[in-house]
Amino acid sequence: MQKWQNNKAWLLVLPAFIIVAFSAVIPLMTVVNYSIQDILGPGQSVYVGFDWFKEMLANYRLHDALWRQFLFSGLTLLIELPLGIMIALSMPKRGWGVSASLVILAMPLVIPWNVIGTIWIIFTRPDIGLFGVGINSLHILKDTFDHTARPLYAWITVVVMDVWHWTPLVALLCYAGLRAIPDVYYQAARIDGASGWSTFFYIQLPKMRGVLTIAVLLRWMDSFLIYAEPFALTGGGPGNSTTFLSIYLVKLATMQFDLGPAAAFSLIYFVIILLFSFIFYQVLLNVGRGEKV
Amino acid sequence: MATIQFNKVAHSYLRNPKGEFDYALKYINHSWDDGGAYALLGPSGCGKTTLLNIVSGLLIPSKGRVLYNDRDVTTLPPEKRNIAQVFQFPVLYDTMTVFNNLAFPLRNRGIPEEKVKKRALEVADLLDLTPFLNKRAAGLTADAKQKISLGRGLVRKDVSAILFDEPLTVIDPYLKWQLRRKLKEIHEQLKITFIYVTHDQVEAMTFADQVMVMNEGEILQVGTPQDLFENPEHTFVGYFIGSPGMNFILCTIEENKARFNGMQITLNEDLAERARTAKGKLELGIRPMYLEIHSQFLEGGIPGKIKTVEDQGTCKIVSLIVNDNILHARVSEGKPIPEKEAWLRFPPQRTKLFADGRLIQ
Repeated sequence: MQKWQNNKAWLLVLPAFIIVAFSAVIPLMTVVNYSIQDILGPGQSVYVGFDWFKEMLANYRLHDALWRQFLFSGLTLLIELPLGIMIALSMPKRGWGVSASLVILAMPLVIPWNVIGTIWIIFTRPDIGLFGVGINSLHILKDTFDHTARPLYAWITVVVMDVWHWTPLVALLCYAGLRAIPDVYYQAARIDGASGWSTFFYIQLPKMRGVLTIAVLLRWMDSFLIYAEPFALTGGGPGNSTTFLSIYLVKLATMQFDLGPAAAFSLIYFVIILLFSFIFYQVLLNVGRGEKV
Repeated sequence: MATIQFNKVAHSYLRNPKGEFDYALKYINHSWDDGGAYALLGPSGCGKTTLLNIVSGLLIPSKGRVLYNDRDVTTLPPEKRNIAQVFQFPVLYDTMTVFNNLAFPLRNRGIPEEKVKKRALEVADLLDLTPFLNKRAAGLTADAKQKISLGRGLVRKDVSAILFDEPLTVIDPYLKWQLRRKLKEIHEQLKITFIYVTHDQVEAMTFADQVMVMNEGEILQVGTPQDLFENPEHTFVGYFIGSPGMNFILCTIEENKARFNGMQITLNEDLAERARTAKGKLELGIRPMYLEIHSQFLEGGIPGKIKTVEDQGTCKIVSLIVNDNILHARVSEGKPIPEKEAWLRFPPQRTKLFADGRLIQ
């Protein structure tokens, strides 16, 4: 090991270190601290070790919320990725249509998240909502469409809302990826007599790998953390049918004030997201890399 | 295999071209014989790539017709023309192996798999790609990638022509030479028409039997490399080919002498006679290698001051000031060079005259 004579450089790192400490490390450590104690009241706490973790891991409500979360994140990913790619492929490449479609696509992305929940409440209300009234007046559903009454309808509404909200992001990323492909690739493909499908599979899709990796990671993490929109829309109901992890966590921490279990839950939640992001990243990084004839 | 013909082809990238100035290609009438090795040489932006893209069908010309063996293909897309093109940057299907890259154009055309395999292996062998066949194309070096691009053209046995758009730009200098030789070798073996676009005269001269020099959307001269060097038909050709390019001096003609700034140079009798009747701006041109430098007074010579001497190893490039003209002379190694003043001689048989840029024949 080399020893440095002049250690003043550490002073320059200090501001960044302090900011990171206050914004990330200290809050996280507070959570760790809570997770191993039972908070009885202000200033009163008892050390409980890993009890909260054991309890939370065995908690069936948490299990249910976790499965719901997987289902929701999986469904939205499966819909948003292909849909986003399709939209990106069909967007105009030059002329005024480019800016027009970009602006239209970006619109859902700039609306505050709980406003989106509210928009969709109004949109789907069976008494005044455009969609709710519209679909009910067609009489094609056996039961009246009301997302506050039936879990299936609540799910459909939440998923469609998420698709509406976030597919534009995937489409924008893919569009950027597509625009970055030099024209010669398409020219070479034409000369090689490639069909539209092979052009897609062998040129466009591989060249979009980078942006798709980002899209999958962002969408996975964001949908796993989703809170504001379903909370505004359904409040986790009907029953617990749309209670995702974050909604359950907030209920636990702020409504029941079970700080210890909530802290343990937070840490478990954190580890799950980290783990899946890591897996996705590794898989996408290596996809199509090691294959041989 | 085909003879490619351009019939009054012109192209503009603007929707409503107004004058001649709006055209990237101006009125090209030319034909490329089957099996020839052609180079299109010109500075960046002269219309080389436009011309090439019209040959391949990536562009449809604004005017004129393109004929393949007398068949009009002007509006046919590239996939129907049976043409191959190698681009400046290697274009590969990077998720595929080298073998699949080579097989791709054949598979797209629905050729039975066993034939595809046989042909791809043949071409891989020809291009020395056999060791990489099962590797993914993405990880290879630039020259191997460029060979794969070429291979995708060669796999189709009936390909009409292979077009190269500055294919050696991204290759290391040492490998450039090697790859150029490989191209030449393949051309000699397969006798497919090669049209090679470049702005590098060495590349053009060593690769092609016929070099076409282009500037500002026009083909200025077509000829063998030697032709272009010895008899440039246009001042641009003289200036663009050779290193350094031809010397030019604005002059007037009187009897059999070219005059400028009170100096005179004796010319060939018949050249002088033709120059006297020529119209437009007269320029005298001479290649640096033919310009003689003497240290003592010379009958018929003109005086000049030596500005710089640049040693290029096998020769020296001398820059001289003659009045307000700067001339270059190429002196072979070992020959003495005067210190300050020199007498220049223009050998009459090597001295050319140009009227309005065109050679007076």
